[in-house]
Amino acid sequence: MDNQIAQKNFIDVLVVGGGISGIQAALDLANTGFKVYLIDKSPAIGGKMSQLDKTFPSNDCSMCIESPKFIECSRHPNIEIMTYTEVDSVKGKAGNFNVTLVKKPRYVIEEKCTGCNICKEYCPAKIADPYNQNISDNKAIHIYFSQAVPLIPYVDPDACLFLKDGSCTICEGVCKPNAIDLHQEPELLNVQVGAIVLAPGFETFDPKLRNDYGYGVIENVVTSLDYERILCSTGPYEGTIRRPSDLKHPEKIAWIQCVGSRQVNPEGGNSYCSAVCCAYTQKQVILTKDHDAGMEATIFHNDVRAFGKDFERFYQRAANLPDVRFIRSYVSIGEENPDNQNVSIRYSTFEDGVKEEEFDLVVLSVGLNPPAGALELAKTFDIELNAHGFCKTNPVNPIETTREGIFISGAFQGPIDIPESVMTASGADALCSQLLSYRRGELSQDRVYPPEKDVSQEEPRVGVFVCLCGANIGRVVDTPGVAEYARSLGNVVYAQESLFACSTDNAQQVADMIKEKGLNRVVMAACTPRTHEPLFRDTCREAGLNPYFYEMANIREHCAWVHSKDKDGATKKAKEIVRMSVARSALLEPLDEIQLPLNKAAVVVGGGVAGMTTALSMANQGFEIYLVEKAGDLGGMARRLYYTMDGVEVQPYLDELVKKVYRHPAIHVATDAVITDVSGYVGSFVTKVQSEGRVKEIRHGAVVIATGAREYQPTEYLYGQNDQVLTQLELEEKIAKGDEQVRGAQSVVMIQCVGCREEGKNYCSRVCCSQSIKNALKLKEANPEMDVYVIYRDMRTYGFKEDFYREAANKDVKFIRYEPTDKPVVEAAMEGGQPIVRVTVTDYVLGQKISIDADLLALAAAVVPSASGQEVAKQFKVALSPDGFFQEAHVKLRPVDFAADGIFLCGLAHYPKHMTETISQAYGAAGRAISLLSKKFITASGAVCEVKDDDCVACGACITACKYDAIELQETSYGKKAVVNPVLCKGDGLCNTKCPTGAVYLKHYTNEEIWSQIDAALPELEEAI
Amino acid sequence: MCSGRVDLDFVLRAFSKGADGVFVGGCWLGECHYVTEGNYDALSMMHLAKKVMEQIGVNPDRLRLEWISASEGMRYAEVMNDFGKKLKEMGPIGEGEGLEKSALKLKFQAVKKLLPFLKLVERERLRVKFKTEEEYSEFYNSPEVDGLIRELIGENLAISQITTLLARNPLSTREIAEVLKLAPTEVGRCLNISARQGLIRYDESQKRYAMA
Repeated sequence: MDNQIAQKNFIDVLVVGGGISGIQAALDLANTGFKVYLIDKSPAIGGKMSQLDKTFPSNDCSMCIESPKFIECSRHPNIEIMTYTEVDSVKGKAGNFNVTLVKKPRYVIEEKCTGCNICKEYCPAKIADPYNQNISDNKAIHIYFSQAVPLIPYVDPDACLFLKDGSCTICEGVCKPNAIDLHQEPELLNVQVGAIVLAPGFETFDPKLRNDYGYGVIENVVTSLDYERILCSTGPYEGTIRRPSDLKHPEKIAWIQCVGSRQVNPEGGNSYCSAVCCAYTQKQVILTKDHDAGMEATIFHNDVRAFGKDFERFYQRAANLPDVRFIRSYVSIGEENPDNQNVSIRYSTFEDGVKEEEFDLVVLSVGLNPPAGALELAKTFDIELNAHGFCKTNPVNPIETTREGIFISGAFQGPIDIPESVMTASGADALCSQLLSYRRGELSQDRVYPPEKDVSQEEPRVGVFVCLCGANIGRVVDTPGVAEYARSLGNVVYAQESLFACSTDNAQQVADMIKEKGLNRVVMAACTPRTHEPLFRDTCREAGLNPYFYEMANIREHCAWVHSKDKDGATKKAKEIVRMSVARSALLEPLDEIQLPLNKAAVVVGGGVAGMTTALSMANQGFEIYLVEKAGDLGGMARRLYYTMDGVEVQPYLDELVKKVYRHPAIHVATDAVITDVSGYVGSFVTKVQSEGRVKEIRHGAVVIATGAREYQPTEYLYGQNDQVLTQLELEEKIAKGDEQVRGAQSVVMIQCVGCREEGKNYCSRVCCSQSIKNALKLKEANPEMDVYVIYRDMRTYGFKEDFYREAANKDVKFIRYEPTDKPVVEAAMEGGQPIVRVTVTDYVLGQKISIDADLLALAAAVVPSASGQEVAKQFKVALSPDGFFQEAHVKLRPVDFAADGIFLCGLAHYPKHMTETISQAYGAAGRAISLLSKKFITASGAVCEVKDDDCVACGACITACKYDAIELQETSYGKKAVVNPVLCKGDGLCNTKCPTGAVYLKHYTNEEIWSQIDAALPELEEAI
Repeated sequence: MCSGRVDLDFVLRAFSKGADGVFVGGCWLGECHYVTEGNYDALSMMHLAKKVMEQIGVNPDRLRLEWISASEGMRYAEVMNDFGKKLKEMGPIGEGEGLEKSALKLKFQAVKKLLPFLKLVERERLRVKFKTEEEYSEFYNSPEVDGLIRELIGENLAISQITTLLARNPLSTREIAEVLKLAPTEVGRCLNISARQGLIRYDESQKRYAMA
């Protein structure tokens, strides 16, 4: 190894791991004003998410929502991406770590490589493609995947013929820029960093290790990650579902749940629940049925754990599809049928006993393991791991490790899904920022764009780029034909195809063509502006073109995806869509974005654990916080909690938190407070708060909504009529206070899912199963002789909470499952002169009704939205979900943002969650809010309204239409005219439709621009008339 | 762009260019992410547009407004498939209504001239805010609004059509009635009004009406 240390670099934060969590952490940190290195040991950033086909429960295309973030990272002036890089050593302490990085040799000189891929074409050494789970082939030198950032190949040292025996140097010869260097050595790099974020992610469980279910032996048994690639249009079969043995379309597929999870097995496997497999399996079922409606799906499962936001509906959606069976049974694999390579599965049900059935393909829903090399990682960073090999965390700050200055984000915490990985990333930003706030902005730089070229005197010169989106579009639409057609349209001077328009090399091509061909309009015939417009607009800016000269023609969602079975029709439609966009593009005008002032204070609504944590974090980063609580004291729902599963004494913790909040000089607390009015927008909100008889006006730039939730007041099971019937929170209080009613009880029954998972409240309250287990364990601890029964539908003790479920079962807590159609029946009775509650329920194991006489009945009452939610939602103009919880901007990638800028979300207001999760999310909201408040100003869209004075007749129609008071009549030398304040205008364009003379117009959506699209959509017909 | 930005003009333009159907999609009522709530305006526009279509003899079912949230991809597909099917049943615009293409074009040209007036009518006489779709439907189908539309729009529309037609060449009452598929008495009434307003004149030599 070359021992020469290349150079000494000073940066603020090192992010280790470039999956979605590391990427989000890097972006948030960089936007907060820190200089970041983002390193990953693999050849490209993206992590596991880049291998997924779609994401649950919205079924967004995974790569499509993740890849814009790759480019955002690569373009960010304060992020340096280093792939194929690992950490060698970490010395020093928080604020001043000395880290040595090892850049592994990729045998390609990054600065010289253009990503042209010629080396791969000529490389003679075939390998199994790791990105495609070894199902398809690749070459020893290859780019990790098409949208990879950086778009630079690497050499697999085990397969390269030169590195094996020096027998081949073909790639060196064919590489025009001379970027191949097969003699590269590892490179050491020394960096001085203030804080470290560990985001190493997870590994999927490998069923080969124990030869589980014939994986690795029987060809048609695949893991869920293999299947994810099989489903994917960039996968081994280009999105056609095939099975490995004979590439036939499987017609009958079985999924086996909990592979490698929820098992105590001396030979391996994990005792915990991997938390994501139930939902991803349902996703795979839905997607497979989308591909092939006739496919028969069978899911062999234990409890179905649909505990996340919208998961219950997602589960129902999968379960209600035709030919989909959810079977609650353990299974074993029989054997491979030698005639047709089908796989037989043995399973048993209470109704039918043991059965054997043959399937074309079997998918193992494998669980999540700690990241590979977690032990060495722990050693290198001198942090502790927990018993499962994940990072040991602090239950009241799950983003902290055991070493100061080192934080974690993502699945290294334990098995979590993408939104949690993203929110912990933002939380890691907040915690780094708390530590390093004194140096924020010192090392960071602003993005510099080239000066914008003036094209006002030029004729429109339109360039059209037709994206294949891998096979997403290319498989359906004749893209060469569309590009050819585009060339025939007026004003089009250039058209080309792009394999992935959103890849870095294409961005470069677009920029090059803008210069080379003198393009002054860019039409991207690709996907949706919802995810990709910011990226492509930025590409235009990079090439000196005003971003509003960019126009998007959606030929994927609007065309290829919906008309996948009609290729000719889809191609015709794609041409029409392109024709419309080209017509519109010629009329586009350059617009200036508006810089608005940014008030650095923030309001936090709700003084529970979520609100207080986020307020403290923001205040510790140097921002002024106004905390508004409607109750007389801080604490919220946590006031009713006494202990957590992982041993936190809640009340002392809460008291300490409240004290910190009150003592913080930058936090202004208003209790008994009501928000009476909210006006303004991101950067300059004005909120009126009434407290102690006075109304105070607060000016602030951001808001965090943390209004919490409440416990449902049951109307069922004699609650409120019989004092032996309690809710779980009431039971917890009685246990904590040593109440006589609890101490004297000999038999306690718990009923789960009271008031949720049913008509009206069609969601799972997430916390109740664990809450009941927690209380059951406390009861058993105090009195091991006590009979404790839990009557449940599915025990949803996800993640590490599974261990407590097992412990409860081992301590003889009895679990009886019920179906919603056959709910337990509760009646009050006398037994031996004592009042009891008699619970009658069908026991499916015994196959008969049983009655239990209980001294106490504890109801796991649903968590329901807080009463004030609707009012707050209206005041801040944010959305609520159908269940009444607040609706985040994007379920996966913007879990603490609202669609409206400057407003953030955390805690139970978002969805029921455990205290530890609330704290994570609260830090996440703080991180997101601060990355906004750290900016110098707010940039607002240029697409706002303006008035043509000459046409305005001052009728006032626009003024009455505008809900933002953005228009007023002003006296001019030609009399009164309507004038739009661009700062207040939100660009909805309502006034346009009311103006009788067409004087007011919405820029970027003018009548002329829209007419041009309408006309271009129907040109042939027009002639016919 | 809000569904409230969908101008009556856009809808009519599309039809006049030969679109067999126009679909407008908006957020569900009460679910505006802002405070604009322009979807209520879209609803009003849709009703008004349908009234205008009725007046010129175009099947109002060719215009469809649906509320579809961002998460309702499946519903969107179902609605579009259904709309496509219904449009096929209706046949091409004009043909399905038994209108000559030239007459259809004339009618849309006439409506276009009336657009500023229609916007004023909407603002002054039809500016209502209800909570539910049913209330809007009830309002727009009430005898009062029907009368108002007939009186204000129907008459003006007829005049507008007549003047657009006469701008090409002079015609008799009977000829006008045939082209526009209107009752001769109605045409006569409109001709009288137009003549009083000085828009048209009766050319004795040709025994035809002509532009003034």
